[in-house]
Amino acid sequence: MDHTIKMNRYGDYGDREAAGGQQEAKANANEWPLWEVFIRSKQGLDHKHVGSLHAADAQMAIENARDVYTRRMEGVSIWVVESKHIHASNPDEAESMYDPASDKVYRHPTFYDLPDEVKHM
Amino acid sequence: MAIAPLEARFQEKIDRDIKIEPKDWMPPAYRQTLIRQISQHAHSEIVGMLPEGNWITRAPSLKRKAILMAKVQDEAGHGLYLYSAAETLGISRDEMITQLHTGKAKYSSIFNYPTLSWADMGAIGWLVDGAAIMNQVPLCRTSYGPYSRAMIRVCKEESFHQRQGFDTLLVLSKGTDAQKAMCQDAINRWWWPSLMMFGPPDDESPNTQQSMQWKIKRFTNDELRQRFVDVIAEQIKLLGMTLPDPDLRWNEERKHYDFGAINWDEFWQVLKGNGPCNQQRLDARRKAWDDGAWVRDAAKAYANKVRLKKEVA
Repeated sequence: MDHTIKMNRYGDYGDREAAGGQQEAKANANEWPLWEVFIRSKQGLDHKHVGSLHAADAQMAIENARDVYTRRMEGVSIWVVESKHIHASNPDEAESMYDPASDKVYRHPTFYDLPDEVKHM
Repeated sequence: MAIAPLEARFQEKIDRDIKIEPKDWMPPAYRQTLIRQISQHAHSEIVGMLPEGNWITRAPSLKRKAILMAKVQDEAGHGLYLYSAAETLGISRDEMITQLHTGKAKYSSIFNYPTLSWADMGAIGWLVDGAAIMNQVPLCRTSYGPYSRAMIRVCKEESFHQRQGFDTLLVLSKGTDAQKAMCQDAINRWWWPSLMMFGPPDDESPNTQQSMQWKIKRFTNDELRQRFVDVIAEQIKLLGMTLPDPDLRWNEERKHYDFGAINWDEFWQVLKGNGPCNQQRLDARRKAWDDGAWVRDAAKAYANKVRLKKEVA
């Protein structure tokens, strides 16, 4: 049965409204949920977002991620998170979020002009 | 905020080569163009598995069979990368699949041609994947972030596809007379449809200019087509075969190969659904979807059951 539902996908928080609200996704209620996939490419490195996929549960999401995202030894570890659980900052607030950091040059070591004689610093 | 300043800010980002991400404001037409292009691209990868799947059970050796299976599995993966990129624009997977099955969404016309001999596996890898790569490499720099990232992944994997195709033809080109004839026949049949893969000529491609301004596309159809002809016209010499075009010759003045007129009537006919295999391809996709319904339902029901049990416990 087709009916319109509001879906929260990775990163699409609020963008439909901004674009005029015409993008309401029509989804089959039976569609498997969407999962975001994160892969650790080798021991010692962070997991990194690589994409998303549909799966009925977490176990299937990991198995599908293995087939879709690691066919050529791209990873040694997989995380999956159901997309609806990801919350993202709003790009419209980027200025108030990040600009205050740009006028604090004294947070960087190069701000301090020291004599050349100072060693090991 | 009113639309005009938003659009100006959007175009300014594009001009400065700043990628657009899913949450950023974008003009509705940009979103629609991307949904159309990315989903069409995804459908092409999925339908593209069918002509090759046709030869998996009949590959001439275990080695060729393993290679072909790996390639077809890659196509499935490419389709999935692209579907998930399209989903970030606010269309659901089911909706895209419905659009494919009802004929609302198109896929690349090339896959509506039949694969008649083993040599077709070589010609598809070399010519069809070669043309796809020519299109896809500039798409790695496309302005929409998720599309660009998907294309980088695709391009990394696609090069093997073209090389195995050329390798297949190279072996046939050094074989018996019958094998050589099979090789030439496959090239003859796939050459012109491969040139059509770049889309209609620039003066008949109304969306190109807008797509270039938005940096969705980086080169026009004709530019990419010319580049492809120049590369293939040289590579074919190594096979000792010919391209089925009496007008193909090097133009010293242009520093490009000239080539004959493309039969655009055929292109539009195939696009409209009148190609040799349109019906067969869509029937196969619909059947796969319908036959798989019980699996999707069962997995969903099982996941629900497990979740409920956990909640009770």
